[in-house]
Amino acid sequence: MLKDKDRIFTNIYGHHDAYLAGARSRGDWDDTKTLLGRGRDTIIEEIKASGLRGRGGAGFGTGLKWSFMPKEITDRPHYLVVNADEGEPGTCKDREIMRHDPHKLIEGCLISSFAMGAHAAYIYVRGEFVRETEALQRAIDEAYENSLIGANACGSGWDFDLYVHRGAGAYICGEETALIESLEGKKGQPRLKPPFPANAGLYGCPTTVNNVESIAVVPEILRRGSNWFASFGRPNNTGTKLFNISGHIEQPCTVEEEMSIPLKELINKHAGGVVGGWDNLLAIIPGGASVPLLPKAICDTVLMDFDSLRDVQSGLGTAAIMVMNKSTDIIAAIARLSAFYKHESCGQCTPCREGTGWMSRMMNRMVNGEANVKEIDLLEQVTRQVEGHTICALGDAAAWPVQGLIRHFRPEIEQRINDAKKQSVAA
Amino acid sequence: MNNSNHDPHDLEQFIFSEDTLAAANAEITKYPEGRQASAVMPLLDLAQRQCNGWLPRVAMDYVADFLDMPPIKVYEVATFYTMYNLAPIGKYHVQVCTNLPCWLRGSDDVTAACKKNLGIEFGQTSSNGDFTLSEVECLGACVNAPMIQINDDYYEDLDGITTASILTQLAIGDNPQTGSQVGRNSCEPTGGLTTLTEINIRGSGEE
Amino acid sequence: MPTITIDDVEIEVERGLTVLQACELLGKEIPRFCYHERLSVAGNCRMCLVEMDRSPKPIASCAMPVGEGMIIRTNTEMVKKAREGVMEFLLINHPLDCPICDQGGECDLQDQAMAYGFDKSRYLENKRAVKDKYLGPLVSTIMTRCIHCTRCIRFAQEIAGVPELGATGRGEHMEVGTYIEKALTSELSGNIVDLCPVGALTSKPYAFNARSWELEKTESIDVMDAIGSSIRVDTRGSEVMRILPRNNDNVNEEWISDKTRHACDGLKRQRLDRPYLRKNGTLTPVNWPEIISVVAQKLSNTNGEKMAAIAGNLSDCESMLALKDLMTGVGCNNLDCRQDNGAVGDVRASYIFNSTIAGIDHADAILIIGCNPRWEAPVLNARIRKRYLTGQLNIGLIGTKLDLTYKYQHLGDDPGSIDDLLAGSSEFSQILNKADRPMVILGSGAVARLDGAVILFKARQLAEKFEMISDDWNGFNLLQSAASRVGGLDLGFKPNNNSALDTLGILKAASSDKLDLIYLLGADEIDASKLGNAFVVYQGHHGDTGAHRADAILPGAAYTEKNATYVNTEGRIQRASMATLPLGDAKEDWSIIRAISGSMANPLPYDTIAQVRQRMIEINPVFSSIDEIVDIEWGIFGKDGTIDKETFEPAIKNFYMTDTISRASITMAECTATANGDVFAEVVSDD
Repeated sequence: MLKDKDRIFTNIYGHHDAYLAGARSRGDWDDTKTLLGRGRDTIIEEIKASGLRGRGGAGFGTGLKWSFMPKEITDRPHYLVVNADEGEPGTCKDREIMRHDPHKLIEGCLISSFAMGAHAAYIYVRGEFVRETEALQRAIDEAYENSLIGANACGSGWDFDLYVHRGAGAYICGEETALIESLEGKKGQPRLKPPFPANAGLYGCPTTVNNVESIAVVPEILRRGSNWFASFGRPNNTGTKLFNISGHIEQPCTVEEEMSIPLKELINKHAGGVVGGWDNLLAIIPGGASVPLLPKAICDTVLMDFDSLRDVQSGLGTAAIMVMNKSTDIIAAIARLSAFYKHESCGQCTPCREGTGWMSRMMNRMVNGEANVKEIDLLEQVTRQVEGHTICALGDAAAWPVQGLIRHFRPEIEQRINDAKKQSVAA
Repeated sequence: MNNSNHDPHDLEQFIFSEDTLAAANAEITKYPEGRQASAVMPLLDLAQRQCNGWLPRVAMDYVADFLDMPPIKVYEVATFYTMYNLAPIGKYHVQVCTNLPCWLRGSDDVTAACKKNLGIEFGQTSSNGDFTLSEVECLGACVNAPMIQINDDYYEDLDGITTASILTQLAIGDNPQTGSQVGRNSCEPTGGLTTLTEINIRGSGEE
Repeated sequence: MPTITIDDVEIEVERGLTVLQACELLGKEIPRFCYHERLSVAGNCRMCLVEMDRSPKPIASCAMPVGEGMIIRTNTEMVKKAREGVMEFLLINHPLDCPICDQGGECDLQDQAMAYGFDKSRYLENKRAVKDKYLGPLVSTIMTRCIHCTRCIRFAQEIAGVPELGATGRGEHMEVGTYIEKALTSELSGNIVDLCPVGALTSKPYAFNARSWELEKTESIDVMDAIGSSIRVDTRGSEVMRILPRNNDNVNEEWISDKTRHACDGLKRQRLDRPYLRKNGTLTPVNWPEIISVVAQKLSNTNGEKMAAIAGNLSDCESMLALKDLMTGVGCNNLDCRQDNGAVGDVRASYIFNSTIAGIDHADAILIIGCNPRWEAPVLNARIRKRYLTGQLNIGLIGTKLDLTYKYQHLGDDPGSIDDLLAGSSEFSQILNKADRPMVILGSGAVARLDGAVILFKARQLAEKFEMISDDWNGFNLLQSAASRVGGLDLGFKPNNNSALDTLGILKAASSDKLDLIYLLGADEIDASKLGNAFVVYQGHHGDTGAHRADAILPGAAYTEKNATYVNTEGRIQRASMATLPLGDAKEDWSIIRAISGSMANPLPYDTIAQVRQRMIEINPVFSSIDEIVDIEWGIFGKDGTIDKETFEPAIKNFYMTDTISRASITMAECTATANGDVFAEVVSDD
């Protein structure tokens, strides 16, 4: 188990002063100038060496992503955009960083922006997080007042401006190009790629979009060294990670743990175990609504990291763990997620706009068994027609939970349909 | 909601108040010159706050003009994001998350308590105009489920009883406690800390 | 140039092309709905998915630029499945109303469903229904059919420059429209009907009139402005059912103005379908032999100097030639094809758009003088906007401030600003100085003033001072607004000696009863009250100003009813084709004039249209170069003097009604009312 001394977010529960004095006492802003003094390339190499993979869901190497930014700064300014549009059902980690440890994020923004040659960064916070935005803005104001950011940030000679932009209610803005569109004052509709944001992002300029947690851990990695960070978790799955554990457990919570921790251990140790005991477990969605669920048998042994979860046809996603015990109507649970994707589809491309509605309507019928057993195959085919055919990953995200349900709980769906048939005959 | 040309609720005219104007101009400075359209979302939010929580068309047109944007681009934005209300709304906008994590922990009870206490269904406004009830998607407080958002605040770790209590307090003009309703500070485990217990870890000791 | 492999065939293609374009080069048909070569790439329909090596997912070929070594497959199982899947999604919420849909028979969705669709629906849920939108009198909407390709939105924003259409709402509730009830304020709005790949946007005036397969299609040339857009005239029997654009990269690309498209219902109203003769003050129907003999006699017996002829804005070259030959044959030189008294005529370079329309693509500075290109030539204006959108273009305007759909520097309301430019005291002088390919666009209205010749002179000075004339570039442009004007001037249909009268002189002389006979060839835009007591012969197709004043009416053919030559504002010789026969007893115009001459002492020396055209070439060799731009000499034109400080008057006061056809059009009347806010108010009260 991870020791407290190796935890990065030491005020994640907000028990201590979240602002500058408290942050300094936790080691934030400690000689940031020297960190910056290592130079852009060194910082990027260090982050690469740490093995940090994006904490927003896709798990792309953070250092590698930074290295895609042009080396030279031309007349097109570079931008860092921080994705704080936390909306993936089950996920509520960035919220805690912003309201309880905002200076880690702000310092991370400065260092990351410097490494990418950006003099300005925007933090795109989901609109509903009003109080979180207030906390973050207060911390930013403090940082400006203390010359930690702004002109000649931390005395480094680097000018750096940091702005908060509030969203207004659209899950799709968590997709990086939709977020950029939204930041430009448009509907949050994902862009076609190429061009990728590193070439043409915000205002057509080189841009990197990173998750809050990815950026907030950067200063600590640089202070303690990439080896320290890489010493946690398995190779290719390194570091510490904030896990959100929700659903049918005794003590729902957010906790920072080592990557690759066994799912069962994570739940039993921190969340007080499954309601009704581990054997009462039905299934777990291990990485936010977008990843396929895992039946208990897999949960018994699976490790919480990218590769392990990929191997069982699911994913780490945002590491938001939704636990469902045997009291759960699993079909209704997935139907609720299908309704979510239908609601959040931006409407731009055909398979997602039409497919999410179709899947949701079929799922709703499946909940009551108002379907034909053959329609399960049709539903499966529709998910395949959506998956991989859309502009962005929302289509995949909408398809996978349904695929996971059919993969692991097909007999339950058939049973539901047959029961409904019997009932209607009886009636 | 389209074709709201003849919205009976539509106001005759709209103009930023002095405070809103200052806030709007401050928002615009966040973005590079010529990129003022970036401020459309914050400005619509400001306009909505000035209009008691909803966006009449004149306000959208005003914002369009303010930012030198074609009005249709503003309508697109206003109809795309769920937080813009295109019809008048109650003093308290009660938004119940019914997404999976909340549902697993009893959002049905919360919903029922809201409907019973307020006497309205989702999408409706109470007859005195105080409350509008909405069903919303995940609000990102899942380890504190079930939860609701009322205006700018989250109320977490709810059940039917605490939900009713909050609504009752609001109805009589009290200020109910925001955040967790079971005494949690935030997202720590209810049964006591499992981490961050060691003394002397940086910043956790007495400052 | 990257080499890519498509279905095992290697091909070297230009950098910057998309995979879809590369596939087309190889003749591989890629289905698509949202992609359109003249619009920005949206990539939203997902119909054009193809397989790309090393990509686990199929890619949208319309949006993917070609790259060296790319391996593309368009015929695999993955591609087939992707297309079928997208097609199914497009159809689940599309109504099954093809039998009552105007798009039926020319519908992309229908066609591609035949290729990629299933034969029955697997969709058991309720279909979506979407409220129809009001977009004005030209575009009818059935939005339930919309497949959200956003072509119309992109057209309005990018080509027309009126960002009034959008997609509001999101997900399956996303709706295309204006959000507020409002007619599109574009003169090009009809093009979105052509662009719509389904029956969501259809032509309102044409609604339920015909099926595409019932129509006879004739390729022709438009005369509603001086652009001479390439059009297709669709007829059923003797009726023009609709007019559509033809692709012509040099002229109209694939757009036409709403007037070009929709004034055609004016061809059915107020037509002159038989000869009339004024007897005892009343116009009385007569037969052809009688009218011809009366007119021939009048022409033979009247002193040439006491006669005059004016050709109108829609006149074709053949009839202007014949009339010129006829009149000069009886000693009449009082001829003019410039109803507006435009001070142009001798040097060809002075009265044409020398840069050519396609040349706008290469301009880097444009000075517009006394002109509203948006109304006088909407398609040309769209070309300016297209150039504007590519950047690095400065535009200046001297004249009334207007919304031209692009940004420009307003240099002044009156011609005085020309002097500032010539003096170099204007900021815009610097811009013109620095430009490699500067253009000046002089409106036809600017030279139709009393000081028109002076303005023309100064405009020439501008062109010369700012070096707009070189071996490979001529930046001097007169934007004509009448389809007949360049052809008439090319044929010399104007006063041929110093004592001969121009339009102004003719009207002045006539109003003091100094003229005995005036021949109006479709001339309806003159003040007919000034014709005095002259015997007026009117030859034309509509009962408009000229016919009302006429003593003899010779029913001619409208532009869709004759094979005729028109010269557009660029000086491009183009041929219109007969799509239907002239109405009733009406005849092709040149043949009427030929018939009159047959009853006179010296019949015109041509009996066939080929002979007429040979005669045109004799008069001016440019007529031998069909569809081409001929090189011409620069010259000296205009007259030095003082310009009047009066504000420029627009050549067109109402875009929708400029000639006898559009004035007779009910559709154009509706558009006029809508533009004035009248119909809109009605709709509001109805709602």
